Amino acid sequence: MATRTEPIARPSTLATWWDTVVEWATTVDHKKVGILYILASIVFFLFGGIEALMIRTQLAGPELRFIHPQTYNEVLTMHGTTMVFLVVMPILTGFGNYFVPLMIGARDMAFPRLNMLGFWLFFFGGILLYLSFLSGGAPDAGWFAYAPLTDDTFSPTRGMDFWILGLTVTGIASITGSINFVVTILNMRAPGMTLNRMPIFVWTTLVTAFLILFAFPSLTVATIFLFFDRNFGTGFYSPEMGGTPLLWQHLFWFFGHPEVYIMILPSFGLISEMIPVFSRKPIFGYAAVVYATVAIGFIGFTVWAHHMFAVGMPPVVAASFGAASMIIAVPTAIKIFNWVGTMWGGSLRLRTPMLFAISFVAMFLIGGLTGIFLATVPVDWQLTDSYFVVAHFHYVLFGGAFMSILGAAYYWFPKMTGRMMDERLGFWNWLLVFVGFNLTFFPMHILGLDGMPRRIATYGAGLGWDFWNFVSTVGAYMIGAGMIIFFINFFHSLRNGPEAGDNPWEGWTLEWATASPPPAHNFDGLPPITSRRPLWDVKLNRVLTPEEVKARLVKDEHIHLPPPSFWPLVVGLGVVLIAAGMIYTYVMTVLGVLTWVIGVLGWIQEKGY
Amino acid sequence: MSAHTQMEHHTTLGLDHRKLGFWVFLASECVFFMSLIITFIIYSGRPQEGPTHEVLNIPLTAFNTFVLLTSSLSMVLAVDATRRGDKRQMQLWLLATILMGSFFIGVQIFEYRELMHEGLTLTSNLFGMTFYLLTGFHGAHVTFGILWLLVVFIKSFGDTFGPQNDVPVDIMGLYWHFVDLVWVFLFPIVYLIKW
Repeated sequence: MATRTEPIARPSTLATWWDTVVEWATTVDHKKVGILYILASIVFFLFGGIEALMIRTQLAGPELRFIHPQTYNEVLTMHGTTMVFLVVMPILTGFGNYFVPLMIGARDMAFPRLNMLGFWLFFFGGILLYLSFLSGGAPDAGWFAYAPLTDDTFSPTRGMDFWILGLTVTGIASITGSINFVVTILNMRAPGMTLNRMPIFVWTTLVTAFLILFAFPSLTVATIFLFFDRNFGTGFYSPEMGGTPLLWQHLFWFFGHPEVYIMILPSFGLISEMIPVFSRKPIFGYAAVVYATVAIGFIGFTVWAHHMFAVGMPPVVAASFGAASMIIAVPTAIKIFNWVGTMWGGSLRLRTPMLFAISFVAMFLIGGLTGIFLATVPVDWQLTDSYFVVAHFHYVLFGGAFMSILGAAYYWFPKMTGRMMDERLGFWNWLLVFVGFNLTFFPMHILGLDGMPRRIATYGAGLGWDFWNFVSTVGAYMIGAGMIIFFINFFHSLRNGPEAGDNPWEGWTLEWATASPPPAHNFDGLPPITSRRPLWDVKLNRVLTPEEVKARLVKDEHIHLPPPSFWPLVVGLGVVLIAAGMIYTYVMTVLGVLTWVIGVLGWIQEKGY
Repeated sequence: MSAHTQMEHHTTLGLDHRKLGFWVFLASECVFFMSLIITFIIYSGRPQEGPTHEVLNIPLTAFNTFVLLTSSLSMVLAVDATRRGDKRQMQLWLLATILMGSFFIGVQIFEYRELMHEGLTLTSNLFGMTFYLLTGFHGAHVTFGILWLLVVFIKSFGDTFGPQNDVPVDIMGLYWHFVDLVWVFLFPIVYLIKW
């Protein structure tokens, strides 16, 4: 307990401010790295959200001139790119960083410095991408950047080069992060935490890490080819040189489809943590959920050409990819049954995380069903490139991934900050987002069936699209209002929320076995792990009195915490300078190489991983 | 193999973190080269003008292949010497690996110059662009490996590595064998088979 004689006012605000900056910039604590990931993703979410509102404002009525078509293309491209690469992926990585080590009873990630390097690369890569707006034009060829829209004839600004290099830098971050997750999960589990007892969020993070490792290199190769085409005169995607734009589609979607699961599998994990806790029941069919996750991971690599049915392919090939895409619905549906089965007969507590979790199940189900429509080849020919597809993937990515993220924010905020978020504001946050989401995206099914193509900057009056587009825009602003409530709740609760205590939701995974927020070394002691629900065992086992539990805590004798390091920052800066130099001036690249070399040499001289 | 001599930290699988992580990284690298190789195979078979497969100097590259594969042997001997604690042998074989790797890169540069003389350039045709990117990225990996070997070699003077600390040399070996293994695929696919 702090005594009253301690000075409360700090000597110099500037100095303490600087100390805080240095502390966070050199941290290798997985919890702080996780928070950095989450905060940076929130900043990018604001950018992506404003872009979404710009799109919907432009499309509110026919033939509006709110933004220029070129600006529209840039905003559209950046909205998709931002939400996929700079919001959903990193925020899930952030949750993983914070909670995977806690859930398996570890002190930290396996490679704390590599972890921080991953954050810097993601953050700098995102900034590099956004610098394009200030440097002559943002990327404008859509988030999947089909050739030949991306070549220097149709994309004459440097926008696509920013896109290529920004994604390459964030891609390295994803690879380093995934290596870290795999090693941490396989190699740093506490005694008793067998694979079979791991929380499902840990399982989904593990499978996702493998998906990233096997999917991202394909994107890297595709973008390297594109960079050479745009800057060094090759013609990988140019028919005049004998190449084919189809190569881009194959390489991109070989990455792009697993990418969908990279975003949704950790969300499945979040849901699988929340629903049992708020139903007061263990998850129904743990093994089925885990096997289904692994199955989705495998099948996810065999379906990529369903994005390309419209380019034409032999019927046998199209049928195979269509069938594989439908087969992947089986493990996905298994999970839906698992979640429903968990809620069935449970004593549900409809707190904010649970509201989002239940919305996830319902919305994701709709998105999954329209996915089966689109896997049917002739239906896809009709609907491809229409607003039906936009509706479909927003139902899985917004109704799915984003709902689970919001739920997880409410679920884990008490653990991360020590304070509860406000339930009343949380309810309004949920209501506005849920209703707004459906108003925005459900009409897009109708618009798509009515033939409205996606990606267009405006549309003619009298095509029957006016009303639903207007509804959609109203919905988008409702989502915006809902998110403002979220931020009010966030900042309000950060200072004024009621104290949470160690385990406010009565969860049973290990992150609730420590203080809120957890100390730097995570655990003073771990309860013995003899099942999937260690804290439940402690609570329900009447043989053990609290004193006995305390006596049985597995004490860790030597607590060794890695020291802070600024080499990850130096190495990350080097990499992004190398990338930026390829656009701006080669002097920057040379500087970047020097920075990188200094960073690496400093890194290997320092003790630790 | 070295796990039982390397138990500084207790790990769940008994494997060193760095080694496990590096295997995972190499798995990812496989997809990188796979994408490049598939592009090469598809594009080599497409009709195109200009010099293609026939300008490649197979005898020269066969010899270069021999040198690179031999460097894998010297790498193994270096790792083995590290585990035995034989510093002199370790440094000798590290140096041999560096020299053979550098020879390989030297010949590759010479080969590129000859090919450009024959009219096969990065922008000449599909064969040119896929050939230079595929072998070029392999060459870049070898070059990075040489630089890494140099760092290991310089650090080895300070009694850094030995039976108690063989993982850094071990991982270096994994990387080097991986790069060699990629070449085992590239040599027949690029040089021997006419697609």
